[in-house]
Amino acid sequence: MKNNNGYYGQWGGAFIPEVLYETFQELKQAYTSVRNDESFWQEYVELMATYSCRPTPLTHAENLSRHFNGARIFIKREDLNHTGAHKANNVMGQGLLVKKMGKKRVIAETGAGQHGVATATMAAKFGFECTIYMGEEDVMRQRPNVFWMEKLGAKVVSVTSGSKTLKDAINEAFRDWVTRMDDTHYVLGTVCGPHPFPEMVAWFQSIIGLEARQQILERFGADPARVYACVGGGSNAMGIFQGFLERENVELVGVEAGGKGLASGQHAARLATNDASPGVAQGYKTMFLQNDDGQMLDTHSVAAGLDYVGVSPILTDLWEKGRVRFAGATDDEVMAALDLTMKKEGIIPALESAHAFVQAFKEAGELNRDQAVIINMSGRGDKDIFTIAHAFNDPSWQQFIIEKGAEYATR
Amino acid sequence: MQLVDDIGIRAEKDKDILLMTHIVLGYPSFAVNREVISQMVENGVDLIEMQIPFSEPMADGPMIVKANQDAIDNNVTVADCLEFAAEITVRHDIPFLFMTYYNIIFKYGEEKFLRRAQELKIKGLIVPDISPEEGKAFFALAEKYQIAVIMIFAPTSTAERMKELASYGNGFIYCVARKGVTGRATSFDEEFNSYLERCRRSTRRPLAVGFGISSKKDVDYLTGKADIAVIGTRTIKLVDAEGAAAVGPFIRGLRE
Repeated sequence: MKNNNGYYGQWGGAFIPEVLYETFQELKQAYTSVRNDESFWQEYVELMATYSCRPTPLTHAENLSRHFNGARIFIKREDLNHTGAHKANNVMGQGLLVKKMGKKRVIAETGAGQHGVATATMAAKFGFECTIYMGEEDVMRQRPNVFWMEKLGAKVVSVTSGSKTLKDAINEAFRDWVTRMDDTHYVLGTVCGPHPFPEMVAWFQSIIGLEARQQILERFGADPARVYACVGGGSNAMGIFQGFLERENVELVGVEAGGKGLASGQHAARLATNDASPGVAQGYKTMFLQNDDGQMLDTHSVAAGLDYVGVSPILTDLWEKGRVRFAGATDDEVMAALDLTMKKEGIIPALESAHAFVQAFKEAGELNRDQAVIINMSGRGDKDIFTIAHAFNDPSWQQFIIEKGAEYATR
Repeated sequence: MQLVDDIGIRAEKDKDILLMTHIVLGYPSFAVNREVISQMVENGVDLIEMQIPFSEPMADGPMIVKANQDAIDNNVTVADCLEFAAEITVRHDIPFLFMTYYNIIFKYGEEKFLRRAQELKIKGLIVPDISPEEGKAFFALAEKYQIAVIMIFAPTSTAERMKELASYGNGFIYCVARKGVTGRATSFDEEFNSYLERCRRSTRRPLAVGFGISSKKDVDYLTGKADIAVIGTRTIKLVDAEGAAAVGPFIRGLRE
């Protein structure tokens, strides 16, 4: 990604407390040295091939394509990456960097819990001590991931300040880092935060787009007409978009959390609505959902991983330049798309990823069989079993929970 | 009169060390803020930093985070804070500073904020999330409105970095006593002493030391080493536990 001192157009930068100045100097230096070292990227690709499941497949969704009678729909299967989401790409890359920097402890924020699980996994493999910060609300809705993080040896801290979601977990991770920067690296999970994080995370995630471009050419013989990705912080979107940014005939579509509707005020759509405005928080400048005073607003989404007030400065720049189009998918539309994808393809997208499916389904009929679209399926949905079962109001699942609860209550 | 002159005059008044205190505007209420400030000024506080609440106070510890959040939950606005400042700076003849995070100023408009601060007789500004790398233009604008931007040194700052920082801003230097966020104890050891010596060698500006300063013992320790002792979280806790009236005796006790 081209940038000027961490700025993408007018967005980005590094708004950090002085106590972290030297830590960022060290990080920038370490990152620059691996960025310029081809053998590091080879080591990274090798690790992802042998420890994770890269390259992940590009699946032709034939039944969905037939159902919508339009474009051929391809799905990039980041759900098959180890730990079940694209998050591992960034985390394993930063893990290799941490080894080079000689630090012994990693910390991370997590919303949906996928980045937390990936970080706990990486820490277990590389022998680092690990602490994960997670908003109290997200701990409640992503309980299975909390369980796995703890079993993987990480300490999970439930964050009770602010809105008790992703942004508050990020604040808390920074508070940890300013206390223990000497032995600790903060594995930021998305293409946000102070420079060099947006650039560095985008670099590790670019592996998605590199693979997807090659795969679509092999399978379809041409560029796709459109590429869809959900956007919380924006890391899976930046990952796949980088494979097609230079291809001007490919339209790039980011799908944000429409929550209870784009006009409801209860959503997390920064760029698909006029509700956000320029601001500086969490160490960087972007479009934030905030009030006139600059206080961040509460956001809402059925998907914890999209429930965030800010968005990648790189994506904001691409949006401003008209390169990426933004849309929103509501909670209800997400459940319908999820249901259809399971029934038609036997694939269970994460609630986050299902946002991208919604927009692709809305537009597939506008295109024809000679055109292809790619949906980036950023993660798998089985982590969301409690939320999805609740949203489907599934009676047999509810009975199971009631019985399990009774069993534990009598112990 | 600029902040640096205020400090000079106060330092000549037979005081071994100056005291700066911190309040979070609107927490628990402006009425309590008013009383706490009176108690502070009547008992010899030399400077007061008034924090305009922000929803993402990244450099603060749990106590001040909660105070920020409660104030916002109680609908305290930036306009309310400015209005309160107008009243306070007229009533009390000591220098007042604003402390806040950059987004509050950015959203208000940098120049508009500085102009308003000057009108309100605010002498200085402490913004923990803006560095020279991001803030050069803002720092220059603050000079124009005679608002002293307080530069911050940290224990992790090298001598070279300190010299660079001290080439910006005005008034005094805020030396963060230790790593971490506000509201935890600081151990005053050899490492701290050598850090403070490094600060002293890097600038001729007065040095304020904050983070974890909570008792007469701490203030005594800093006397002779620093120019200003900063009491932050301690008085917020005190007001929560014992009410505003407890602030006066506490402040008086710090230099007795």
